[in-house]
Amino acid sequence: MPDMGRDYRIIGFLCNWCSYGGADAAGVARFSQPTDLRIIRVPCSGRVDPMFVAKALLSGADGVLVSGCHPRDCHYTEGNLYARRRLELLRRFLPIIGIDEGRFEYVWVSASEGSRWRDMVTKFTDKIHALGPIPRMAETARTLCALEGMLGVSSAQPDMWHADETGGDLHRAAGRNAQRDALLHLDDYKEVMDGE
Amino acid sequence: MRIGVMVCHCGNNIAATVDCEAVALAAREFPDVVFATDHMYACSDPGQKTIEQTIRDLKLDGVVVASCSPRMHEVTFRRAVERAGLNRYMFEMANIREHVAWISLDRKRNTEKATDLVRMAVEKLRYDRPLTAKSFEVHKRVLIIGAGVAGIQAALDCAEGGLDVVLVERRQSIGGIMSKLDKTFPTIDCSVCVLGPKMVDVGQHPRITLHTLSEVEELSGYVGNFEVKIRKKSPFVDWTKCTGCGACLEKCPSKKVPDRHNEGICTTTAITIPFPQAIPKRAAIDPTVCLRFTKGKCGVCQKVCPANAVDYDMQDEVLTEKVGAVITATGLDLFDHTKCGEYGGGRYPDVITSLQYERMLSASGPTAGHIKRPSDGAEPKTVVFIACVGSRDRSVDRPYCSTFCCMYTAKQAILTRDHIPDAKAYVFYMDIRACGKGYEEFIRRAQEEYDVQYIRGRVAQVYPTSGPTGGPSGGQLMVRGADTLLGAQVEIAADLVVLAVGAEAAHGAPELAEKLRISCDAYGFFLESHPKLRPVETNTVGIFLAGACQAPKDIPASVAQASAAAGKVLALLSKDKLESDPQIAQVQTIRCIGCGKCERTCPFGAIRMRELRDGSKRAEVVETVCQGCGICSVTCPVRAIQLAHFTDSQLLAEVNALCRTWDETTES
Repeated sequence: MPDMGRDYRIIGFLCNWCSYGGADAAGVARFSQPTDLRIIRVPCSGRVDPMFVAKALLSGADGVLVSGCHPRDCHYTEGNLYARRRLELLRRFLPIIGIDEGRFEYVWVSASEGSRWRDMVTKFTDKIHALGPIPRMAETARTLCALEGMLGVSSAQPDMWHADETGGDLHRAAGRNAQRDALLHLDDYKEVMDGE
Repeated sequence: MRIGVMVCHCGNNIAATVDCEAVALAAREFPDVVFATDHMYACSDPGQKTIEQTIRDLKLDGVVVASCSPRMHEVTFRRAVERAGLNRYMFEMANIREHVAWISLDRKRNTEKATDLVRMAVEKLRYDRPLTAKSFEVHKRVLIIGAGVAGIQAALDCAEGGLDVVLVERRQSIGGIMSKLDKTFPTIDCSVCVLGPKMVDVGQHPRITLHTLSEVEELSGYVGNFEVKIRKKSPFVDWTKCTGCGACLEKCPSKKVPDRHNEGICTTTAITIPFPQAIPKRAAIDPTVCLRFTKGKCGVCQKVCPANAVDYDMQDEVLTEKVGAVITATGLDLFDHTKCGEYGGGRYPDVITSLQYERMLSASGPTAGHIKRPSDGAEPKTVVFIACVGSRDRSVDRPYCSTFCCMYTAKQAILTRDHIPDAKAYVFYMDIRACGKGYEEFIRRAQEEYDVQYIRGRVAQVYPTSGPTGGPSGGQLMVRGADTLLGAQVEIAADLVVLAVGAEAAHGAPELAEKLRISCDAYGFFLESHPKLRPVETNTVGIFLAGACQAPKDIPASVAQASAAAGKVLALLSKDKLESDPQIAQVQTIRCIGCGKCERTCPFGAIRMRELRDGSKRAEVVETVCQGCGICSVTCPVRAIQLAHFTDSQLLAEVNALCRTWDETTES
């Protein structure tokens, strides 16, 4: 695997109740793990917007791992089931925006499963190492940023994906950018899924 | 904004593999950070004082502490910033111990990672807003699920503390496993004599409402305001009329029902009172075996009942109770001994479980306290005990120690020698675990005073000496095993083999956990909030654990945890009002389009649609009901509903903080 002399860029979204506890348990047990993963704590895997994942991957993350409670073990009863529907859709969708679907994974790890967490992190990190650094979509990204600059939408704001109607029209009219369109449509899919 | 950062060494825990000074130095360059330092122990009194002093001196608006997991000390530090006059939610934690220092020895990469995590926390903090908790009224009642010794103890403690208690038990009588025991270790006290008075107290206590033959069907609500649905199964006997006289038991014609209280070693009737000390002492019909229900005929019990209490048309009842807190005390079940085929459990009648043996030893048991072989009723002269059946055995997925089998085996061996002085007792064991008050001395007594033969080694096989099933009367069982201390094989011809079965999670525990929204470990035992510091709490506020539902426990430990849980509940419900967590969903009414998706998605019914004067609708969050999961935030098509403290902006700020640094490192 190519060693770049630094960590790969892997982001983890972990639910507070199960997986974050599992990652803590792995630490307490001193289970040796790759250092690449940076963990963001969310209350529930159902809080993870597919857009966070897509945005991370488009912004240069080499991989994104989402982990929640096992089905039927959710602290909020069914948050992980929503997450499963949304994230499964996202996984199938990633190739459409030119991202290898192997760069994203969602798993279930409970608070008592420190060793399972170690295995998951190691496996996922190895996979990302094997895939190598994510191809830089620098050009696309810069075009997007420039467009956003023109439109006065900050990329730090989530609102960029949900610009008001004028903004949305402008985006479509100006860009016809496959990634951007796809991202906008992702929300429509998501609504369909949640509505089920 | 003015942000202060403190990087904790945690003694050597973090500092050994992370350059904390370098992290603090790097943090000074982050936006809005006006102060960054490192400290030996941030959570110590001087550490917290430093945080408070710095907030005051430098007029900070927010603080980041990089140390252990927020699951450990977030509350501690939030209190500290609050003491210094900041809102407690203007605080973020970077977990550089469990997620960095303890998982890798690579100091350079750890330091980089820790710096990244601090950067993320700072970026998130920049979007933090002060949040204020709302207070709400609580129901000063507690639901206790399971009425074994732990549930009974918790119920009595809570009731004595002035709370109303709703006690739910799925069996016909309270008492649990302890009511089946003959004696208890290490005192050889009579079990039911210790438990009986407590059971009576439960039955008579004015503050305890007892529901037996009942199960929790649904739990909704939140701490202070739970609503529980209890299914009270029909006993087909009106318990307000039944006097427990037992006339129906004598006349019932179906007498071949396996007796559950006696672990199936004898039979009982279809209408039963499980044991003489049962609370409530009322008869109930098992409709799965009663001729009236299975064949549609009979009706003897109705005819003989002097109180006219039998009612075949009685229906299940579903009750709703409102409580402020819940204690689960659902106990354990025993390992199914037929899974270990080499011991012949289930195949040879003279291979029995320890609890079956216990019933045999009990004066109120089916043999009136006489030890009799199930095959021929003869008095056994050689009894072999096999320890660790379904404990410490990875081949049956039970790698844990059940903690009490060593002790009850010693007790049963002593009682064997007590009942039959000329009998020999052998114990095959792996290790003897006797770490309790008076436990080791008790084992010594068994070995020295009662001459119980302890053989260190596993049993390979139990087989009959004649005939395929233990043979005709007089047939013995050969127990073949290893004596690892002698380094030799041993064979013992036994009249009776007792398997010391281990503990497993109670049947139905994972289903109950799902209803209560608490977690189980890999074996189905309920998961505590923190193994050391919060062993009685669960991760769902207001739900507590008592007894062996959390892990295998003996009676003293179960009782101790039950009292601890009761103490926790009493402390919680001593307040008239509780504060709600303000990290909940908030609706930006201007953006809301009234589509109602969030209302349909919310698992708690915490969102309702409010009609405006123009007839259009807007979502509204019921603050005390919202649990702060954030599912609605993702569902909302216009980003009008946001989870406070975990907003889209905050989470994306964390993502961006990383991506930006990565950009820089790649380009440079």
